[in-house]
Amino acid sequence: MTPKAVHQPTDGYTSFVRSGFGKALSSRLGLPQPVPLRRFTPGDPLLDGPALLATAGREGPFGDRLHAFLVAEGVDVVSEAPEDPRLGAIVVDVAGARSVSDLELLRGVLAPALKRLGRCGRVVLVGRAPETLEEPEAVATQRALEGITRSVAKELRAGATANAVYVLGDDAEIGSAVGFFLSGRSAYVDAQLVRVGGGEFSAPGDPARPLAGQVAVVTGAARGIGASIVDVLARDGASVIAVDVPAAGQHLAAVANRVAGTALQLDVTATDAGTRIAEAGARSGGIDLVVHNAGITRDRLLVNTDADRWGSVLEVNLAAQLRMDDVLLAPSGAVKEGGRVVSVSSMSGIAGNRGQVNYAASKAGVIGMVAAQARLLAPRGITYNAVAPGFIETEMTSRMPLATREVGRRINSLSQGGLPVDVAETIAWFARPGSAGITGQVVRVCGQSMLGA
Amino acid sequence: MARQVQTPAPRRAAVLGGNRIPFARSGGPYARASNQDMLTTTLDGLVARFGLAGQPVDEVVAGAVLKHSRDFNLTREAVLGSQLAAATPAYDVQQACGTGLEAVVLAANKIALGQVESAIAGGVDSASDAPIAVNEDLRQTLLALSRAKTPQQRIKALASIRPAQVVPEIPRNREPRTGMSMGDHMAVTAHEWGITREAQDEIAAASHQNLAASYERGFQDDLVTGYLGLTRDQNLRPDSTVEALARLKPAFGRDLGDDATMTAGNSTPLSDGASAVLLASDEWAAEHGLPVLAHVVDAQTAAVDYVHGGEGLLMAPSYAVPRMLARQGLTLQDFDFYEIHEAFASTVLATLKAWESEEFCRDRLGLEAPLGAIDRTRLNVNGSSLAAGHPFAATGGRIVASLAKTLHENRHEKGSGRGLISICAAGGQGVVAILEADQ
Repeated sequence: MTPKAVHQPTDGYTSFVRSGFGKALSSRLGLPQPVPLRRFTPGDPLLDGPALLATAGREGPFGDRLHAFLVAEGVDVVSEAPEDPRLGAIVVDVAGARSVSDLELLRGVLAPALKRLGRCGRVVLVGRAPETLEEPEAVATQRALEGITRSVAKELRAGATANAVYVLGDDAEIGSAVGFFLSGRSAYVDAQLVRVGGGEFSAPGDPARPLAGQVAVVTGAARGIGASIVDVLARDGASVIAVDVPAAGQHLAAVANRVAGTALQLDVTATDAGTRIAEAGARSGGIDLVVHNAGITRDRLLVNTDADRWGSVLEVNLAAQLRMDDVLLAPSGAVKEGGRVVSVSSMSGIAGNRGQVNYAASKAGVIGMVAAQARLLAPRGITYNAVAPGFIETEMTSRMPLATREVGRRINSLSQGGLPVDVAETIAWFARPGSAGITGQVVRVCGQSMLGA
Repeated sequence: MARQVQTPAPRRAAVLGGNRIPFARSGGPYARASNQDMLTTTLDGLVARFGLAGQPVDEVVAGAVLKHSRDFNLTREAVLGSQLAAATPAYDVQQACGTGLEAVVLAANKIALGQVESAIAGGVDSASDAPIAVNEDLRQTLLALSRAKTPQQRIKALASIRPAQVVPEIPRNREPRTGMSMGDHMAVTAHEWGITREAQDEIAAASHQNLAASYERGFQDDLVTGYLGLTRDQNLRPDSTVEALARLKPAFGRDLGDDATMTAGNSTPLSDGASAVLLASDEWAAEHGLPVLAHVVDAQTAAVDYVHGGEGLLMAPSYAVPRMLARQGLTLQDFDFYEIHEAFASTVLATLKAWESEEFCRDRLGLEAPLGAIDRTRLNVNGSSLAAGHPFAATGGRIVASLAKTLHENRHEKGSGRGLISICAAGGQGVVAILEADQ
């Protein structure tokens, strides 16, 4: 089923700079020139052009696996950038780099290749997570990849992104992460470094429906990002239990019905919310994925924030998730072994935001919760991750004052706001069978926003 | 010799749940919504709740009391506009305020006989979007015009139109055979039974308080789906008290003077809304992983001669219940919960008083002993029509889903697990039923 755009506010500036006159003017003034991002639709190839695959290090421990993965995905793999066509991606195995001088090898690969990178191209570096190394120069060398990834991401133009995969060991299942960063599913994910370990999983029977047979619960599903999450999970084959407050019931029913899912009306702050979700999941044979998306804002400067504004935000955005998890993730609880949980954090939780102390508290709290749960759940093969959306075009942001909205849209490397589907795709990626080795991660979906970077 | 084919042995139909839109006051937020709009939305909410999008249900039965002539196939049209599979048959029923419960009974009976495995029963009514018909004289003229074959005949027909014929026929809440409104009818009965103003206001206040409490504790979360900005019943006043209700002026039976007791507060308002109930065989429920809330045990209708027979217009349920109890070998006290539709608070009180009356039970029902009193704390425990409102055909579905859930929630309590439903209807009719939870 094709996801429908629930609400896509018009970005006037983007329309203007894409017009003939607007393009000439903005180019002359050096203004940002956002391009339409390459977003995934079912049936799309992984990349629009060939992928340059290279090794930068004394050895390339993942080179063969990367090559096999790319070929299996139907990508034309090259070892040198051709004159034509432009590169769809540059993939470099840097996991073997241990000395500062090894980084020159990376520069040597990237510098000429970046000039040949096409529109909405991808740079993906595969490194070794620094914390798994001991020797200071080796740690420093791998840590340097972070600076390189983030800076390259800022230098890239025309919708191209740079991300990195930090492997935690030689058994790391890198295909899911590399595939995500290369595909149009990661359109608004930029300058992210994701740690990937090993994990047990069986490959999906139908690659086009990686979540077939799975049961997903999505809270806050009636509109905006939540509705988009429902659409994308259903597109990937999951049957969805869409949860929202009774007051949003009419929208919720429409969202559930369009993916032949189930609507469950409840307030996530109700003491029995976890039990009721577990009961609904049990009817479908247990829950494979929980997406804690329900959230509210009650913005005020802290000096004007009363106990009610403070408490309601922390209750919905954080305490309710902890309470529901107590039930859903209890041993022999509703979430099956090998299940997935994804919580929606926020850029505000990382960078802080004026007028959002309560909101930032809750969203930063989510990041702590993710780290702790990931450790606790690892023995049961359950992963727990978070997405941290930046400026996403929703009904909520369309109500922001014009100036605030324009700044929010432009102060990122892609010079535009993201769409709800960008957040949804990232969540669906965490849910894929191949992402079994990804846990405790917070992935920003912000187009490399300058806030908190 | 040809093999004699068998009708399947009966089984109990299961109530799996329900959905309704919040009930609105006439002329309120649903003023521009048609019966078809409301019924379609209600079906879609039910479909979403039970994950039935694109799936067929064996049969959908629903109806409306106030119905436009264009809505001759109302339920089927609503199904076609809903998320149910288009291959879902549907039919309409109409039995005044008993429509909704009668629809449930019909669906349950078909399930009981194995004719269908799953069914949706519902009802809808709009007092706002009421049908207005052309004046009867004008209608005859227009029909004559349509029959006319020659220009001369057409001119003759058109020439017979008179200004007075422009005045339309507006449906009125009146009994055609007596010309009295339902409220005035009830006022007579209430007076005969000596129902006091205080007792009526107590029923009304309890209805508001119980319904409000049910929303507060999340009981309605899987029974109601918001519509057109309304998320709770518009008529609901959580802070309603006997004292506040006591200040209202009588609205019905005003010719009784100081003895008039029925006010706008202890009578249901004209309302808009719709409800639907999902019923199925136990097997169908198990296949779909849906818990059974309760089973439909039995049902009964009755009618009284309110025109010449000296019985009150809304007293038919007092006759229907004892017949059903006798068939089941049950007493009036063998129930954990009672749902007596609050057309008026005095209807509930007169019904209860009749069952307590030795004289009524002996002379009218032919019983040796009165049915007796019920435990009033078991009556309309999650509120009823005085608080929710009463879109005629939608009331039955509201009550069935709410009672089934109540029985299911209390299935581990000590008790019979049984609930009694009693609904009075225009034309001197009554529809009653028994639901029972698995214990």
